[in-house]
Amino acid sequence: MKEVIFTIVENIPLTSTVFKMVLEGNTSQITAPGQFVEIAVPGRFLRRPISVCDWSENSLTLIYKVVGSGTADLSTMTPGTTLNILTGLGNGYDLSVSGDAPLLLGGGVGVPPMYGLCKALLAEGKTPTVILGFNTAAEVFYEDAFRALGVEVLVTTVDGSRGIQGFVTDAMTVPYTYFYTCGPGPMLRAIDRVAKTSGQFSLEERMGCGFGACMGCTIETKVGPRRVCKDGPVFCREEVIL
Amino acid sequence: MSTKVTLCGIPMDNPIIPASGTFGYGREFADLYDINILGSFSFKGTTRSPRTGNPTPRIAECTGGMLNAVGLQNPGIDHVLAHELPQMKAYFHKPVMANVSGFSLDEYVEVCQKLDGEEQVGWLEVNISCPNVHGGGMSFGTDPGSAAQVTKAVKAVTTKPVIVKLSPNVTDIAAIAKACEDAGADGISLINTVMGMRIDPMRRRPLLANTTGGMSGPAIFPLAVRMVYQVYKAVSIPIVGMGGVTKAEDVIELMLAGATAVEVGAANLVDPFACKNIIEALPRVMEQYHIEHLTDIIGGAHHG
Repeated sequence: MKEVIFTIVENIPLTSTVFKMVLEGNTSQITAPGQFVEIAVPGRFLRRPISVCDWSENSLTLIYKVVGSGTADLSTMTPGTTLNILTGLGNGYDLSVSGDAPLLLGGGVGVPPMYGLCKALLAEGKTPTVILGFNTAAEVFYEDAFRALGVEVLVTTVDGSRGIQGFVTDAMTVPYTYFYTCGPGPMLRAIDRVAKTSGQFSLEERMGCGFGACMGCTIETKVGPRRVCKDGPVFCREEVIL
Repeated sequence: MSTKVTLCGIPMDNPIIPASGTFGYGREFADLYDINILGSFSFKGTTRSPRTGNPTPRIAECTGGMLNAVGLQNPGIDHVLAHELPQMKAYFHKPVMANVSGFSLDEYVEVCQKLDGEEQVGWLEVNISCPNVHGGGMSFGTDPGSAAQVTKAVKAVTTKPVIVKLSPNVTDIAAIAKACEDAGADGISLINTVMGMRIDPMRRRPLLANTTGGMSGPAIFPLAVRMVYQVYKAVSIPIVGMGGVTKAEDVIELMLAGATAVEVGAANLVDPFACKNIIEALPRVMEQYHIEHLTDIIGGAHHG
């Protein structure tokens, strides 16, 4: 973990409620896809935890959904604005167990961490397949970005207005060696019911500190209580209670 | 210039103590900076048995602060003695404050008894003010009689200084502090969090799974100053002041109200370097207010 001042380079809407923010600053503490950062939003007491979508040596890409007044503030910030961010939080995904053809499933605002993960798996010579789930066509984002990586991308929408009608689980007919997922609770539970392999779930919980001090985000697991922020947010299928 | 203070006979390099529940056992912060610069720290509230705490969400935000309803999640006293305290020796070399909570008189007694033999434990901070558990915690701290009972029982089984941590959720904090002093308390710490609540207008339900939570953060600072001031008038034992402290100026203010040492809580959660920054800023702020020795200003607002 490190406290870093980042400068906003880009902050653009991807849908009516989802924004992409690119920042410039020291990303040395980010070591694995699936980690998150905590942004100090001026005038708000608690920091906002946002998952890392992508990063390089001096660039950080975050995709966030406006869900309250803090993220609404974020969405109005202009390039050049500086933000105090705690980086390199959480464990991130473990790539070493992926096998050759891992399946990546992102639902809604759970899509962003799948992007960095997909790039990292490709860099290791794996052949990931990506399933992106949304409610409706107007909410779809980053489909083209995933396609540009050269991977197979399946999109599902609940109302059928884009791609396969249904949930991400309706597209899980492709063969896979392992799975990685991030998304809303009902989606994670549905995946757990039908998945044929082991896998890793990224969980979300309201956080106080984001670095393991306050016990605000503790969940019960098969191996005892665990902090989503510090011991997670990624938990393997064998230990998690969904 | 000196930032040194003495709390219940134990000298401290400075009055800054991260508050229980915001600093774990110090490990996460020791990864960031040398926590031996602290006066001390108060470790996570410890009970007889392990506790998983309340269901989530346990955290909500408010203007100028936050609510928590963690519910005393901790691994239990035996685990703390066997693992946390031995591990702590590797990165913290000063007397630590052991925060103790309970659901019965017996439980407070047993946990304090077990901590009595621990060399690194400087003080016992007996929490009779947790607002987030039922059938214990705060119920001991809202009545002078039961506050005195806990104090007396704990004092009988330990040689360590006993600091009783009080709740602000009472009508007469001074009377409760006085009852603890009369029962043998060596110090008083205050304030624990203020009971509050938020509602999600979309779901039309409380934000916290526990319905209510304890409010902390800068919004409660004036409440803390007022209560430390009132308690200082009522007792002659040292006071550990806390509640919404975020900067060195707040430390000076609480000490002027009557605090000998000052705990920093919620600030640690939004700025992991909060205590380090406060300690580093103290000499400059002391100079600004013409303070040579910090001990000189304890209760300073009461004179003349």
